[in-house]
Amino acid sequence: MSDLEHIAERRLGGDPGSDLAELEPAAGREGSLYADAWRQLRRRPIFVISGLLILLLITMALFPSLFTRVDPRSCDLADSLLRPSREHWFGTDVQGCDYYARTIYGARVSISIGILVTVSSTLIAVVFGSIAGFYGGATDTIIARITDIWFAIPTILGGIVILRSIFSERGLLQVSLVLIVLGWPTMLRLVRSSVMSAKEMDYVDAARALGVGDFRIIRRHILPNAIAPVIVYATITVGVIISAEAALSFLGVGLQLPAISWGLMISVAQNRILTAPHLLLFPGLFLSVTVFSFILMGDALRDALDPRLR
Amino acid sequence: MVTAIKMDTIGGRPVDPAAPLLAVEDLAVEFRIDAGVVRAVNGLSYTVERGRTVAILGESGSGKSVGAQAVMGIIDSPPGFVTGGSVRFRGVELLDLPEQERRRVRGNRIAMVFQDALTALNPVFPVGWQIAEMFRVHRGLGRAEAGERAVELMERVRIPLARERAGSYPHEFSGGMRQRVMIAMALSLDPDILIADEPTTALDVTVQAQIMSLLAALQQETGMGLVLITHDLGVVAEVADEVVVMYAGREVEKGPSLGVYHRPAHPYTIGLMDSLPRRDQHTERLTAIAGSPPDLLDIPSGCAFRPRCPHARNICARIEPPLFEPEDGRVAACHFWEEVQRGRA
Amino acid sequence: MAERDSVVLRVEHLVKYFPITRGILFKKQIGTVKAVDDVSFELRRGETLGLVGESGCGKTTTARTILRLEQATSGHAWYGGKDIFTLGRSELRELRREIQVIFQDPYASLNPRMTVGDIIGEGWRVHPGVLPKQRRRARIHELLELVGLNPDHINRYPHQFSGGQRQRIGVARALALEPSVVICDEPVSALDVSVQAQVVNLLEDIQDELGLSYLFIAHDLSVVRHICDRIAVMYLGKIVEQGDEFQVYDDTAHPYTTALLSAVPIPDPAARSLNHRILLEGDVPSPADPPSGCRFRTRCWKAQEVCASAEPELVERGIGHPVACHFPQVEFAPRT
Repeated sequence: MSDLEHIAERRLGGDPGSDLAELEPAAGREGSLYADAWRQLRRRPIFVISGLLILLLITMALFPSLFTRVDPRSCDLADSLLRPSREHWFGTDVQGCDYYARTIYGARVSISIGILVTVSSTLIAVVFGSIAGFYGGATDTIIARITDIWFAIPTILGGIVILRSIFSERGLLQVSLVLIVLGWPTMLRLVRSSVMSAKEMDYVDAARALGVGDFRIIRRHILPNAIAPVIVYATITVGVIISAEAALSFLGVGLQLPAISWGLMISVAQNRILTAPHLLLFPGLFLSVTVFSFILMGDALRDALDPRLR
Repeated sequence: MVTAIKMDTIGGRPVDPAAPLLAVEDLAVEFRIDAGVVRAVNGLSYTVERGRTVAILGESGSGKSVGAQAVMGIIDSPPGFVTGGSVRFRGVELLDLPEQERRRVRGNRIAMVFQDALTALNPVFPVGWQIAEMFRVHRGLGRAEAGERAVELMERVRIPLARERAGSYPHEFSGGMRQRVMIAMALSLDPDILIADEPTTALDVTVQAQIMSLLAALQQETGMGLVLITHDLGVVAEVADEVVVMYAGREVEKGPSLGVYHRPAHPYTIGLMDSLPRRDQHTERLTAIAGSPPDLLDIPSGCAFRPRCPHARNICARIEPPLFEPEDGRVAACHFWEEVQRGRA
Repeated sequence: MAERDSVVLRVEHLVKYFPITRGILFKKQIGTVKAVDDVSFELRRGETLGLVGESGCGKTTTARTILRLEQATSGHAWYGGKDIFTLGRSELRELRREIQVIFQDPYASLNPRMTVGDIIGEGWRVHPGVLPKQRRRARIHELLELVGLNPDHINRYPHQFSGGQRQRIGVARALALEPSVVICDEPVSALDVSVQAQVVNLLEDIQDELGLSYLFIAHDLSVVRHICDRIAVMYLGKIVEQGDEFQVYDDTAHPYTTALLSAVPIPDPAARSLNHRILLEGDVPSPADPPSGCRFRTRCWKAQEVCASAEPELVERGIGHPVACHFPQVEFAPRT
């Protein structure tokens, strides 16, 4: 038997200093903090509702044919500007295209841009924000100042200028790129401040004292504990990006026809608000509901991932 | 100097000049949360007379702070509810007073000082201003006069250069000085009772000594009653006339300090004392109490201390011990208090 | 007892200053916090050396600097023939195996998103040579038992344990790499009173069995008297007195120590009248602007002119009880 085993033997033998007598921890709390959060989330109506909506929208984006068999691009001029009817649920637009189909297909653009931009911005923000927050000093000063300057560029206005002047073609990728470039500063500051406070915790010092290297400390100790506010913010950002794209397309500097985007549809609908309100109503409704679901989801996540979970 | 009685009635009820300053009886407080019902206080009684100090001694989860908050009437409700017992100030029942009347007692007749002065003071106002506000709001004094009184108070609690420092902000003071500011605020309306909830826990020991000495001097001057809530057996031994030991929301031992310290009758009290090292003696080995304080959502049946008690027997799991009387003026909640007390002697 | 007397860690003239800076883009130094200002001591094999003092005295900074969690301004810390402060990266990593630490806050010292097993075993990932992979799980079980925890809880998370239990996990983590020196930074201050004794006993037992040396940092003088073999009292970045339990507590020589000890309340109402409490005036001076000469002179009842002009050295007086004071107490109370 090893040394340790001898000692353990003695401790098990009724030393009143031993804790073995009372080892039931707080009742019924198995699992990691994420498992706890999941269990809590499942029960909240806000989470369930927004979750289902988002799932629905993603399905719509991936498999629009599940929702409509009509081709949104097969348009018959003779059917121009029809009101909603049994044949055309959402009516038709100026060119006679089925509005319902166009609305469904519009989801693809919005969701794709929303997720693509958010994921990319978050990645940039996490990498550079962690470096800035963790190392501090000159590195931090440089990154933080660049971020601050970048921050000053207004999103929509900057988007308009860049899209107009730099790109000759404006498709999904170009618009996404512009939104990424304008979106990372806020996320980076969030990551940076989150990392800076996580860095102060004793368990980070403990890891250093064990000899753990910087990369592992960031990966294993800092990021998992700093990421919660970032997740919340990212979720909300998806909604914000979706409406930013819609705004840019509405202004004519985002996607171009024949792309199908809710923003474009709303732009076209402007002049006909009184005569054909359905042109504005349906894409506007879908846009609002989409943005709203992401924001609600972000709210629900914020409550569940609150650091007060100990 | 002794403060004269201020009011004859509280909320319409006449004050009884013969009654003790504060009489708490069988107080019970529970918190209703998602996970269940937490019986934070489940039977607490004590009285405070003029010029006397009662210490409520307990660890985390013992219910000592919640009990004090119930007396002050500052428990967040929901989720907290006072579910039983009585709190009498000079013979007047406080628990069923309308909130407006309660507010007039709070701060005015019964004042409270908290552990962390930094968070209890408003960081954006100078300390002199905050103290003066007590006079402006509760006594209707004008700004100049209130300011004068504030400086007087700061001098009374021995803050050096009080006049110059009245314009400083809380974060510009050290921990000990901030605590003095809190005490000044608490004393501003000449309360009859001061409740101090762990007033020195966050302070260095030399500062603690200063603050405790200040409280003793102020008590001498004003004749006020002092309720001291703490986990520190040393502090209790230094200042308390009477001590109430709490465990899992209940009082388990109570009596004059000398008796409780020299002839303890509850295994928890004994366990605490035996587990303490001392600075004036060499201790060879500490006798620890096994286990840890219970989760209040799941208090053990019968006697709450049973899982950790070396004297526990079957009856301890079945029947919650009533309050026995080992001596005049003392109680102990233990079925076997005689044996326990003898074993320790 | 030759082995026992061998010095395992020697700190020499340790200095740690923190700059006070101002400015957003280009930071300018406008002052210095002299947190640790020329501290020297020795830690012998198998002993517990206590570093005591109130907040701001520099005891925690001393510990952090020895652990290289902070960069020393100057001085040496000799371990195994090498100066800790001059070690290169890989040598420093080797040193980590030998000198470990236990932190004060049981709630902040464990990563809430790691299981207990991962927490304890993390050291082996960095130092794979200490223990082959196959043996690790078993060793975690052994360590959990050693500190008095149920080995079945290896996959639980910190928030599922009480404060005292978490502190034990911290102890197990420190022992995993089989160090010879453990720096205990206020290991029981944040625990409930009834639990403190358990952890103190645990630390003592482990020290005896494994032959560890402890540097014990604390402000609770009663605990320190019990667990420490020798004690060094710090004030404003300097050691003012050093000696064994009886020398420091019963034959106190430095006025600060005397005042400090008299401020600690004794848990016995009958002792009230016996204690001649010395109340120090005012607050501790700022470490950014310490008094000239003896740092304690602004609050010392014995202070004379020489105290302002000449800083008292920590002088060994031939009995292993050095004091830094121009007018130390030289009473020798009879010992029972």
